[in-house]
Amino acid sequence: MTGDLYDLWEVFVRARRGLSHQHVGSLHAPDAEVALRRARDLYTRRGEGVSIWVVPSGAVSASDPGEKEPYFTPARDKDYRYPTYYELPKEVRGL
Amino acid sequence: MTTISESRFDALLAADERIEPRDEMPEAYRATLIRQIAQHAHSEIIGMQPEGNWLTRAPSLRRKAILLAKVQDEAGHGLYLYAAAETLGVSRTELLDALHTGRQRYSSIFNYPTLTWADVGAIGWLVDGAAIVNQIPLTRCSFGPYARAMVRICQEESFHQRQGYESLHTLARGTEGQRAMAQDAVDRWWWPSLMMFGPPDATSTHSSRSTEWKIKRHSNDELRQRFVDLCVPQAEILGLTLPDADLRWNEQTGHYDYGEIDWAEFKAVLDGDGPCNRQRIERRTQAHRDGQWVRDAAAAYQAKHGQTPAARGTEGTDR
Repeated sequence: MTGDLYDLWEVFVRARRGLSHQHVGSLHAPDAEVALRRARDLYTRRGEGVSIWVVPSGAVSASDPGEKEPYFTPARDKDYRYPTYYELPKEVRGL
Repeated sequence: MTTISESRFDALLAADERIEPRDEMPEAYRATLIRQIAQHAHSEIIGMQPEGNWLTRAPSLRRKAILLAKVQDEAGHGLYLYAAAETLGVSRTELLDALHTGRQRYSSIFNYPTLTWADVGAIGWLVDGAAIVNQIPLTRCSFGPYARAMVRICQEESFHQRQGYESLHTLARGTEGQRAMAQDAVDRWWWPSLMMFGPPDATSTHSSRSTEWKIKRHSNDELRQRFVDLCVPQAEILGLTLPDADLRWNEQTGHYDYGEIDWAEFKAVLDGDGPCNRQRIERRTQAHRDGQWVRDAAAAYQAKHGQTPAARGTEGTDR
């Protein structure tokens, strides 16, 4: 992407105490302070959050979506990682 | 010829999964989405003008605060949508340039003037109402960032429609002059609102491919009918009439029949001959020129105090 005046920032909002910050969108801003202020105006006009993070988009490293299969397959192979894998006596309680 | 990555794209669509920005996608899918999302964003930005026209003349502080909040939402909606378009590899600068030079369009509804205060109410009820009917299915559109932006927009848009209806309801129960003003506004905005759903299915050029790609979930005529069916009883409660002599309940279909839409007018407005086309673009480009010093100052500030070039976002992520 070329020709844009300001850097791109990813915006994360904590909806309320006890929840993690969640990605809500992105915006352009010349620095972190302005990015925060714009994020407040753009993404929390109706009290959607109690805390905002802005992260430079370029600082995010992401896995390749095309490699979804090989990259994540090992996790699916190991079904003994799931509680339902185990066969227990029917009469047992509390597990 | 189908490449491996395109068959993956087809498989995702078939499974009703969302396509995300870093997935491979056919060029035509990308181009169609850029065109549609950009047009949608431009409509929000230009859409601030007809209502902004009444900000300084709102009849009470309450109405003024409401209208300010609505116009501010529209700026926000434009920004969500520009950000969604940018995930497809087009820059904000390119998008604004396309709007300013007429290479990309905005909804032709905004080329009609707001002649009286009642127009603000009619726009909220009818124009935002039509937009909501159009937009709700887009929350399930196949492109993730567009669908997510639409969820947020639809949530916010509901206040836009309700404030308009409330305002018209107040006018319709006011003095004889206020009532007449409300009726006149509805008379002028009804037909252009029906045109917002686009050309009839038989002549719509973009529809079939967009349906295959799950960008579009319902046809233009289906959505238009849904809107008419919603509006008729709402108009009755307002005590205002809709300007269509052919409007009547059809027992067989279970829908309201409505009269012939003037597609020649639609085409003329689309082609630039509406009442306000030139004014809207002139004001937009003027505002952009007037803002040049702000952008220059911010760019200079960024060069001095911003991030190091290495940390700068250029590609974007799976937003």
